Amino acid sequence: MVKAIINSIPVEVAENTTILDAASTVGVKIPNLCKHPDLRASAACGLCVVKVKGSPKMPRACCTPVQEGMDIITHDAEIVSVRKTVVELMLSAHPNECTVCGRNANCEFRRTLSDFGIREEIFDKISPQLPIDATTGVIVLDPSKCIKCGRCVVVCQEVQNVWALSFLERGIKTRISPAGDINLADSPCVRCGQCSAHCPTGAIIEKDDTDKVWAALQNPKKHCVVQIAPAVRVTLGEHFGFEPGTNLSKKIYTALRRMGFKAVFDTNFGADLTIMEEASEFVERFVHGKSALPLITTCCPSWVDFMEKFHPDMIEHFSSAKSPHEMLGVMAKTYYAGKKGFSASDVEVVSIMPCTAKKYETHRSKEMNASGYQDVDTVLTTRELSRMIRQAGIDFANLPDEECDHILGEYTGAGTIFGATGGVMEAALRTAAYFVTKENLPKVDFENVRGLKGVKETTVTIAGKEIRIAVAHGLANVEYVINKIREAKKAGAPLPYHFVEVMACPGGCIAGGGQPYGVTDELRAKRAKGLYAEDQGLPRRCSHDNPYIQQLYKEFLDKPLSDKSHHLLHTTYTARPLYQR
Amino acid sequence: MNKEELKKIKEETLARKKKTWIRVGMATCGIAAGAQDTYFALREELKKHKLTVDIRKCGCVGKCSAEPLVEVAMEGMPTVFYHHLTKDKVPQLVETHFLKKTVWHNQTISLQDPHQLRIVLRNCGIVDPDNIKDYIALGGYAALARVLEMKPEDVIDQVKKSGLRGRGGAGFPTGLKWELTRKVPADQKYIICNGDEGDPGAYMDRGVLEGDPHAVIEGMMIAGYAIGANKGFFYIRAEYPLAVERIEKAIKQCLSNKLLGQNIMGSSFSFDIEVRLGAGAFVCGEETALIASIEGKRGYPHPRPPYPAVKGLWDKPTCINNVETLANLPPILTNGAAWFAGIGHEKSKGTKVFAVTGKVKQSGLVEVPMGTTIRDIVFNIAGGAANNKKVKAVQTGGPSGGVIPEQFFDTPVSYENLQNLGSIMGSGGMIVMDEDDSMVDITKFYLGFCVDESCGKCAPCRIGGTQMLRILNRITAGEGTLADLDKLRSISQAMQKASLCGLGQTAPNPVVSTLRYFEHEYRALIKEPAPKQ
Repeated sequence: MVKAIINSIPVEVAENTTILDAASTVGVKIPNLCKHPDLRASAACGLCVVKVKGSPKMPRACCTPVQEGMDIITHDAEIVSVRKTVVELMLSAHPNECTVCGRNANCEFRRTLSDFGIREEIFDKISPQLPIDATTGVIVLDPSKCIKCGRCVVVCQEVQNVWALSFLERGIKTRISPAGDINLADSPCVRCGQCSAHCPTGAIIEKDDTDKVWAALQNPKKHCVVQIAPAVRVTLGEHFGFEPGTNLSKKIYTALRRMGFKAVFDTNFGADLTIMEEASEFVERFVHGKSALPLITTCCPSWVDFMEKFHPDMIEHFSSAKSPHEMLGVMAKTYYAGKKGFSASDVEVVSIMPCTAKKYETHRSKEMNASGYQDVDTVLTTRELSRMIRQAGIDFANLPDEECDHILGEYTGAGTIFGATGGVMEAALRTAAYFVTKENLPKVDFENVRGLKGVKETTVTIAGKEIRIAVAHGLANVEYVINKIREAKKAGAPLPYHFVEVMACPGGCIAGGGQPYGVTDELRAKRAKGLYAEDQGLPRRCSHDNPYIQQLYKEFLDKPLSDKSHHLLHTTYTARPLYQR
Repeated sequence: MNKEELKKIKEETLARKKKTWIRVGMATCGIAAGAQDTYFALREELKKHKLTVDIRKCGCVGKCSAEPLVEVAMEGMPTVFYHHLTKDKVPQLVETHFLKKTVWHNQTISLQDPHQLRIVLRNCGIVDPDNIKDYIALGGYAALARVLEMKPEDVIDQVKKSGLRGRGGAGFPTGLKWELTRKVPADQKYIICNGDEGDPGAYMDRGVLEGDPHAVIEGMMIAGYAIGANKGFFYIRAEYPLAVERIEKAIKQCLSNKLLGQNIMGSSFSFDIEVRLGAGAFVCGEETALIASIEGKRGYPHPRPPYPAVKGLWDKPTCINNVETLANLPPILTNGAAWFAGIGHEKSKGTKVFAVTGKVKQSGLVEVPMGTTIRDIVFNIAGGAANNKKVKAVQTGGPSGGVIPEQFFDTPVSYENLQNLGSIMGSGGMIVMDEDDSMVDITKFYLGFCVDESCGKCAPCRIGGTQMLRILNRITAGEGTLADLDKLRSISQAMQKASLCGLGQTAPNPVVSTLRYFEHEYRALIKEPAPKQ
């Protein structure tokens, strides 16, 4: 521990605590625009400068560790004047497009301008007009609005290990762009959207597809159905003043119904279906030795894209099971449509997802059209849904609770925990154990795969057999797991793992690229807690116990991994080049 | 190679030395003035007259404005320098000096200068930079041999006692920097020579690298031994192709003479050197950006701490020393700390090399003891302003420095004195301005340089520089207002206080220092418009 003084207030903090963090422990907030709790300090903006007695310089609070005996001043007339000039300089290089900006309600830069009471622009306007890159169809890069904080670059390179984004040129011409100045769609970008979730301004935002959904809802020829992902229920409330992690499924169902959806389904049902297929696949491989171990989960489209680009040698290990919302989409256009007497083309499927990459997943391969049409028509992120709710004039906080619709709605606790890192693994183990032993486990909780540790390795024993497991989240953490598998295969050594779960975003879908802004590990923990609490409270916690899943197989799919299941619920993978040109 | 072999090479080389020889200054300055043509013309002309004379090339002797410079020694004649000796003058030189055996008096120049003291440049213009034996004959690698018999801690102690401070600009005590790096436990450490000299008008390091590359290599090895590094990197800007070529050649010679590699001179010290080229970014002269550049990353500065001494190149403890700093080491370790500490001024010991350019009669590299006055450098060494103009000021420290008006020219040069005058020592650029020069134009030039070279990472430097340049352009176009002066001051303050690296923090210095001494020149350009009705 080190002792120091901040604005005459004594503080005692652990060694290597930054001045910024130390100050926050005593209620002192130092303004900054580049530091994000998730990321190492890039030290770019220059707003967090403070004074340390005895030094003529103003060190940056974001990256300067508190040292024993430091006497720190975080605010005085000179410091505020320096910060204000920096803010004014940043404003001079920023377009005045706030009224039509995707971040106008929650822009960190705009808030800073407001805090500093900037009432006029004293410097020449030198904001550039740079082309917008919307080529991914998922995230929109508007480099003119970039304040060069570097968060997107750090998250893309260091947290996700994708290296799609970098800085090009120098000085005032510095701008974010994929290396080589190519389009984002031609770059290694895996569309995880973590850049958009960390951007303080409107320089990187999700592509807004709300108009498309309004149009579909208006179309009398369309029977519009909707599904919500596991992770959305515990995050949407943050947009409406709820405590993070509050489970609001039932209010969301009500809101969607009021917006005009004919049926409101839940992706948790799709998750239960995914588990039926994936757990069967695991048993096939683990017990019957059909095709290679380890089995690697594929619910996360960014991870799939990453693997196809960076690790195509792992394709044989990939579960061919589609992700839950794709499974639900194809069931809506086949099973549900059949029951209702519609044809597949009459049904319009909208998915509310925590994720930007899900927008890409809907057309990533021909198997996504298993119904004969694109199985999921449109994906909206949590952020887009919150805007649609406001546009619809819905007082979300005061909505009554409603239930979701049959026959693709009811779900088990296994489905709901898909939203957190480790959840897919835990859900799969519950059902795999049943498939092997024909009885449910006495205890279905696998605490070892939960939590925010980057790579979680553990073993579980089912029917006397040890299953080695790895759960990784945040793509940079995948490298360790993949390398271990690769090395063991090369050496002919025993496999390090039998079953691997990967989620691209740190924390899993609860902190996906389309989720509410301002995520921290504290927030991740609260969101995950909301999901595990629901799982705990549900009468059925194993996917195979879902009676509607059983009914689906009985009436339509026959059994897991049947020909029909394969045709509708499974997909293929292909190696893709890192750069398209 | 061991001590005896070193001695043997020295003696043999000295014994072979002829009494008649010619040296042609062939650093970049000489070559630019035509020294290469002179060199070949001399060979042809001497061959024509069937004269066998040892013609050698050497580095810059310092009088760049007099290049091509040719030094001629002949038995029975005084050894003289011929200046501006272009190839057309070669026949007459050969005829006069070698055939008629008389000195061509109109063409000679004396390079004796009581104001100068050559420690760093001791061999420049004397040694053949491409010949390791030549360097050994002048006592080269003897300091290393001595150091390898000392304890690393004692080497550091000697350098600390000598008072040597970093010649790259900031003046951090070299011995202390070494001690900090040595103290950090690690399986691997690095020493880097910063040869990314980029200040406009400054070429001290180029002069040393081109003129005496082995001196820098020897200095680097001494530093490597002291801090416990077995690997060194030269980071040299790609715009210095001749310096790169000569360092690379010198490294090869060291390898073939076993002065690099395993167990050097039979000691436990092993050392290797690699060369890396800078790709043209000024900011890569900043330590943390330089390290990023060697690692193959974008040359962005990083916050300190952690300092390179703790976590540097590939996260290993790393010491970065400037070319001139390293070239000082062999003489310090040969002559002792007390000798070096006896030269200089107060807290600034030893000598400093300056590249004196601009409106002076004789531009070039000068090396003076710390404490020499600016007046001595500008007037007594460089000859004062050309065309009988009045000298107005000097600009020191490059784009990070400032201007010093003529009334302060009696100030003895030291790190502290220059800083007190609102400038800095910097790496050693000294540009002389006369009465015709507009200080606002000068400021615009320096600021424009920093705006071009800003890496773009942090907001104050990236945007502040650009905005200041716009204001200066407005003022010089006669469209400035008095409010613009306030804006210049507030941007300067924001850049100095809130920029991350030294480049951004010092980029406004030319503005601040010209506003301090020459605000009247700004005001003279401002025609305040009539207040709005």
